[in-house]
Amino acid sequence: MNNQRRNVLKSGSGAAILGALAAAGIIKPGVALADWNKAAFEAKSMADTLKALGTEKPAESKDVQVTGPDIAENGAVVPVGVVSTLPNTTMVAILIEKNPNALAASFMLPAGTEANVQTRVKMGQTSNIYALVKADGKFYIATKEIKVTLGGCGG
Amino acid sequence: MGKPMKIRASAKDGVTEVKVLISHDMETGQRKDANGAVIPALFITEMSATHNGKTVLSGEFGTAISKNPYLAFKFKGGAAGDKVAVSWKDNKGDSRTDEVAIG
Repeated sequence: MNNQRRNVLKSGSGAAILGALAAAGIIKPGVALADWNKAAFEAKSMADTLKALGTEKPAESKDVQVTGPDIAENGAVVPVGVVSTLPNTTMVAILIEKNPNALAASFMLPAGTEANVQTRVKMGQTSNIYALVKADGKFYIATKEIKVTLGGCGG
Repeated sequence: MGKPMKIRASAKDGVTEVKVLISHDMETGQRKDANGAVIPALFITEMSATHNGKTVLSGEFGTAISKNPYLAFKFKGGAAGDKVAVSWKDNKGDSRTDEVAIG
């Protein structure tokens, strides 16, 4: 009897099982992870990206904040973050309007994980950064302009 | 398998903050080498983090995430000694999982 497997089956449902399986090394993480949203990541314009993420016109919200510098000297490494104080925030995404593909990253937040994610992105040129947030099933958006003095997509 | 990640997890006042530094080229597929040939895209598409086996974050990355991606997030709960694991997978099928104990 494989005791580890028994425990995994008892421990929860859905994503929890997949996470546990991946952590226990029973199945490869690559298999356990959800399908990559190709349509959203390959969309060229903001409008197409929003559509691929499941919204047409998200409401602007003051409860969502994009954090980052006003001016980024190096477009290859721009620290940005998304903070949302909306209750039940389940998804956050970072979009860069003037990049070849607007969507930089999206994160699913299970209950208990704070809507406060920081990362670093590449920016080809000065652009608005959008934070798209899904809370209680509704989409909200916030924006911040970051000026780039040296582009991050050159050769 | 990629190179090891640097993961730091610290619990304070019932909230655990996790900081991850992944070692990955994150090639966009839009750059050219010295001969003008396009360098093929190679980037992380999916990542996830677990706390004692329970998923606390799952993310999808595009090419706009910087080389050697940095990620910081917080979740409720977690105590010193608990395990936090982070996994990623790139578009060529390479993947890696690293685990640390909360300090």
